[in-house]
Amino acid sequence: MVILDRKLLRDLVAWRGTLGAIVVIVACGVATFVAMQSVYDSLSLTQTRYYETYRFGRVFASLTRAPESVAARIAAIPGVRAVQTRVVADVVVDLPGRTDGITARLISIPETGRPALDDLYLREGRMLRPGASDEVLVSEAFARANGLRVGDRLAAVINRRYRRLRIVGIALSPEYVYEIRGAADVWPDNRHFGVIWAARKPLAAAFDLTGAFNDVVVGTAPADADAVIAAMDRILAPYGSTGAYGARDQASHRFLSDEIAQLRVQAVFIPAVFLGIAAFLLDIAVSRLVSTQREQIAILKALGIDTFTLLRHYTKLVILVVAVGVAAGVLLGAWLGLRLTVIYTRFFHFPLLAYRLHPAIVAEAAAIACTAALAGTAIAMVRAARLAPAEAMRPPSPPLYRATLLERLGAAASLPLAARMIARNLERRSWTALGTVLAIAFGVAMLVVGRYGSDAIAFMIDLQFRTIQREDVTLTFSRPVRASARYELAALPGVRAVEPFRALAVRLRAGHRSRRVALLGLPDPSPLLRITDRNLVAHRVPPRGLLLSAQLARLLGITAGEAVTLEVLEGRRIVRTVPVAAVIDDVLGLNAYMNDDALHRLLDEDRTINGAYLAVDPRALDAFDRRAKGLPLIAGIAYRESMLQQFERTIAESMGISIAFLIGFAAAIACGVIYNAGRIVLSERARELATLRILGYSQREIATLVFGELAVLAAAAVPLGWGIGYALCLALAPFYETDVYRLPVVVTPASYAFAAAVAAACALLSSVPLASEMRKLDLQAVLKAVE
Amino acid sequence: MRSVRYAQPTASDESSERRAVVFHARGLRKVYRMGEVDVAALRGIDLDLYAGELVVLLGPSGSGKSTLLNILGGLDAPSAGEVIFRDHRLTGASDDELTRFRREHIGFVFQFYNLIPSLTALENVELVTELVPHPMGALDALALVGLSERGNHFPSQLSGGEQQRVAIARAIAKRPDCLLCDEPTGALDATTGKLVLEALVHANAELGTTTAIITHNAAIARIADRVITLHSGGIASVACNAAKAAPAEIEW
Ligand SMILES: Nc1ncnc2c1ncn2[C@@H]1O[C@H](COP(=O)(O)OP(=O)(O)O)[C@@H](O)[C@H]1O
Ligand SMILES: [Mg+2]
Repeated sequence: MVILDRKLLRDLVAWRGTLGAIVVIVACGVATFVAMQSVYDSLSLTQTRYYETYRFGRVFASLTRAPESVAARIAAIPGVRAVQTRVVADVVVDLPGRTDGITARLISIPETGRPALDDLYLREGRMLRPGASDEVLVSEAFARANGLRVGDRLAAVINRRYRRLRIVGIALSPEYVYEIRGAADVWPDNRHFGVIWAARKPLAAAFDLTGAFNDVVVGTAPADADAVIAAMDRILAPYGSTGAYGARDQASHRFLSDEIAQLRVQAVFIPAVFLGIAAFLLDIAVSRLVSTQREQIAILKALGIDTFTLLRHYTKLVILVVAVGVAAGVLLGAWLGLRLTVIYTRFFHFPLLAYRLHPAIVAEAAAIACTAALAGTAIAMVRAARLAPAEAMRPPSPPLYRATLLERLGAAASLPLAARMIARNLERRSWTALGTVLAIAFGVAMLVVGRYGSDAIAFMIDLQFRTIQREDVTLTFSRPVRASARYELAALPGVRAVEPFRALAVRLRAGHRSRRVALLGLPDPSPLLRITDRNLVAHRVPPRGLLLSAQLARLLGITAGEAVTLEVLEGRRIVRTVPVAAVIDDVLGLNAYMNDDALHRLLDEDRTINGAYLAVDPRALDAFDRRAKGLPLIAGIAYRESMLQQFERTIAESMGISIAFLIGFAAAIACGVIYNAGRIVLSERARELATLRILGYSQREIATLVFGELAVLAAAAVPLGWGIGYALCLALAPFYETDVYRLPVVVTPASYAFAAAVAAACALLSSVPLASEMRKLDLQAVLKAVE
Repeated sequence: MRSVRYAQPTASDESSERRAVVFHARGLRKVYRMGEVDVAALRGIDLDLYAGELVVLLGPSGSGKSTLLNILGGLDAPSAGEVIFRDHRLTGASDDELTRFRREHIGFVFQFYNLIPSLTALENVELVTELVPHPMGALDALALVGLSERGNHFPSQLSGGEQQRVAIARAIAKRPDCLLCDEPTGALDATTGKLVLEALVHANAELGTTTAIITHNAAIARIADRVITLHSGGIASVACNAAKAAPAEIEW
């Protein structure tokens, strides 16, 4: 059917505005799908390859001290494939001119050969030279955040001794793809925390661990991990193990896996909304096309062209439009995927994050887009094919109008004519109008969703670092010290208040469920750590029993008032049954709190502390820092303010870009929908508008009619969009929920205002081409026959 | 020379000379460019319309009637020549000036009525009474075409003839200087067509509005003061009716 194809081409040209808008929306949907799917694919592929090549460990344990001979016993556990013992210690690092609290994790590597597990990828420089005890490798993220290079020096306070170290290489490890201190941290702060690798022998000597180890990594098949963990706990218990744990509880791996899992959800959810709207718009456009082509269709049928050919004809049109959209979307998506991948490398440090766009993703995108579009247009196409020739030859009966409900109620007698026309048009085509409102509303909703991520994280950061944490400095010690050490802390320069804490590794058990967590013993009241829930209600640590995060209680399957078995994973490894006094619906971490007196009674030992929150006079911070670095057993100094700034900067940078994309796409949708609605108004009422022009109405006056109608639609869409957006956030929040954080559903008024403002801007933007089309109205065509 | 190329001057031509000229057109040409070929729709028309007269423009389909009327009404610009409405020069006027011209001076009636479907009959008339400073009442205009009872009906609730009468009411309600009607009865049967012509003649007589009616139906010419016949883009003849017939009298 060559002639039909020619008609197809001309229809495409005649409808270029509308179809162009659809192409844009299809392209946005496909681009989000392609980008997110490919990033997901690239990230999980990179993870798998990195873990394999660099032998990521599967079971981890920290202990106080075990002779090296214990390693052989671990190696003998069935299922264990490799064992790497290490000396690991957190130390305070001194960089010239810096007093903002830098902590590093010193990890030993063999003098010769590579680590059996968690091998290092050397980005720059060289590996350690045997015997050169001051040589170290530093992690790439830490080096980059602090401007460190190969050849630079740094100093660390190692077991009270100030040691000068020389950087000979910059490295990465699969164990620190996400480089955070541990499960308690949520966001990386590479400026204040990093990993430093040093040779085993000098490190062991510095920590009195010669011929012994205090950390072990084990390689095993994932299926064997649980059995290996249990066996390791039995072997290592006498050596002060804080409990072996699997990759699931390894901070870096957990964050990376959670992120990949979330990406997978987003990669389905967000494109679905975009493609759904595209299908809807295609449906409107094709129904319009069909209704303006009633006569043509009738003639074609009268000429003997069969229904199947006609169906194929319109299907071709749809497929062509979708094909252009898919092609544009794939290109845009690939580019976007690459950009997103680069963003991911800011958080997740891989030797090489290879971006790949698998052909299957492209095929899938095309298939989904075509299916969505064809489903959307099926009704219109069937209607076109069904049209009886004679019926189509008759001009469509004049549209039926009636006084609107408002007028029938007598309420709107004084409405100006223009308003009456708008109201009646909207009422007559209320389904189409509703559809348009819904489509714009989804655009607005996507804007709300786009802002939700950053709103929620900003809320969490604010809650954590401004409401809960009120300290200026957190000090941690490498092991518990006498409680009276608090008086020495109070004597440090500028210290105004000291709130000591005792943190210890415990395993909580309830029935067959168990969880390894850090139990925090706190004084009551604890003004420097105000435990606060997601509704900003402050909680006090109960005098007896535990206060648990609601999420932790859920994971253990218990509620307040029930009891759990508490196994202390250090010291004398006491096991007790402890009541859960209360649960708190907090947003960050799996927290367990206990009153320090109660904890002391439970442990049945001398009062000890292993850290403290301090309020420090900001003017005395430099003097404070100099003294604090030299404290015995100091393992970490963290300044809340500089951490907070660092988090906010990293998050703003990374969220900024991905949110910009989402907002750009949502705006494109809103523009496309509004423009399309305008086109429909224009094409349906070209005759009417031209008549008005002939009667003496000015360009501006008829523009009022068209844009007035669009404005009503857009205005109705905004609040609906807010509602839908909030509902989508509610629906999405559970997918963002991990053990570490529960994204609260927070959408700030600023975000609602932003969504409305963008919608308004889109409406203005799409009115520009509409206005020029309106200027081109053919006044004389009106005087001729009805089209 | 008032009248034109192919036409012989007539007595009526002389007599109308004393009346005020409403439209004064000279050397009107209109060429439509259709890709490679040029279609000459008007080939040099000289024409005057006088205040208060009822003119019928006659001619076969494609002879250029609509083109001429559109140019007079300020909907289109001639390729050459000039049009002067009283003291306004229409040729070369901007879109805004033409809009104002139509708004203030011209009433249009179309073959396909062109009522706004979303407005009632009364509101369709109000549409133009809102535009001008001294309109007649919208109800009065409807009464003039005999439709005062149907003001609250929407176009879809009116017959073709009724719709056209509403269109006439809409056109005369603003008391235009000139009423331009392009095939106003083209889509109607004889009986209804006569009712519509009745309304036009009535308005012309009552209000003294200069009225130009396009038709290809020669019978209708009998109701005119003057009959101008077009052929192939030029004026073939101008004739005067000594005695006008009432619409009811004409054989369709
Ligand atoms: N927009 C247009 N484009 C090209 N040709 C046109 C256009 N309008 C009219 N014509 C041509 O101009 C001539 C006169 O048309 P018109 O004034 O509509 O005639 P009438 O109204 O007497 O039937 C015809 O040959 C017609 O085909
Ligand atoms: Mg014509």
